[in-house]
Amino acid sequence: MSIAQRTGPERSSPRFEILLVEDNPDHAELVKRSFEDHPLESTIHHLSDGEAALDYLLRSGAEAEAGAVPRPHMILLDLRLPKVDGLDVLREIRKTRNFDEIPVIVLTTSSAEPDVKKAYQSHANSYLVKPNDFQQFDELIKALGTYWLGWNHDQGRAMSRAGT
Amino acid sequence: MTSHENSTMNGKALNILFVEDNPDHAELVMRSFQDHRVANTIHHLTDGEAALDYLLRRNAYRDPQRSPRPHVVLLDLRLPKVDGLEVLRVIRSSEGLEKIPVVILTTSHADLDVGKAYEYHANSYLVKPLDFEKFTKLMDDLGFYWLGWNHYPWPGADS
Repeated sequence: MSIAQRTGPERSSPRFEILLVEDNPDHAELVKRSFEDHPLESTIHHLSDGEAALDYLLRSGAEAEAGAVPRPHMILLDLRLPKVDGLDVLREIRKTRNFDEIPVIVLTTSSAEPDVKKAYQSHANSYLVKPNDFQQFDELIKALGTYWLGWNHDQGRAMSRAGT
Repeated sequence: MTSHENSTMNGKALNILFVEDNPDHAELVMRSFQDHRVANTIHHLTDGEAALDYLLRRNAYRDPQRSPRPHVVLLDLRLPKVDGLEVLRVIRSSEGLEKIPVVILTTSHADLDVGKAYEYHANSYLVKPLDFEKFTKLMDDLGFYWLGWNHYPWPGADS
């Protein structure tokens, strides 16, 4: 598995970096496709298990070092993941000082109350349930892209690191 | 996935606690939220002390009927009596309230405010656009996202 699957044309100008942690290839494909024609341009780094996600984030903290990867502006996180569970990934992210402003949006098939509660307890920014319907799925991804990339603020650290 | 799962929240009325002291901003927000089809309940308060009374069910809000637990809090930062950041801090350290999504909606984009808000685990931080059209667009997108798509730690409106 490649570490980062880039979608869309390579550009040198800053664009949004999205980390997508999703083990279902069909769902990952739908997310990528929705972002491809989103007015806000983004690069999606898709990883399919929790361990790979943590490795990736560790390397995005090591700015100038070899093998460094861009710091994501937003993390889309599935809950049921191989190797390391999504909630454990979320807890690790929130424990890391440098990552505490990165929006983590849980995107899952589960609407079970204990999952939702645990996610918010572990400081997920938002909890979204994947719609069954393709068109609704697309609408949801578009809406979350517009909201988190277009409107939500952080201290500007994320933007300044785009394209590294 | 079942076909109705995605719309479990979409179809349900939500309680929104909205804390904003600027009447013009409040008016804009209220108007844009009323445009949504679902009959959500918006509780608008104009200072931080009233917000804490509501959330902690004390003083004028001792009766739970008057203070239904909000699904989401929309919170300004510069507020009379008790500052918005303090309201957020209390929410995050109060059992039963700590999981409530809190969206900061403020004119301040100072790093200090943004940093503090995230330190207290604000779910989102929004800066009010000065431009009227942009403000309206933000409110539309905010309503669409938080009232239409987001799932909450407790499903229906309760007290």
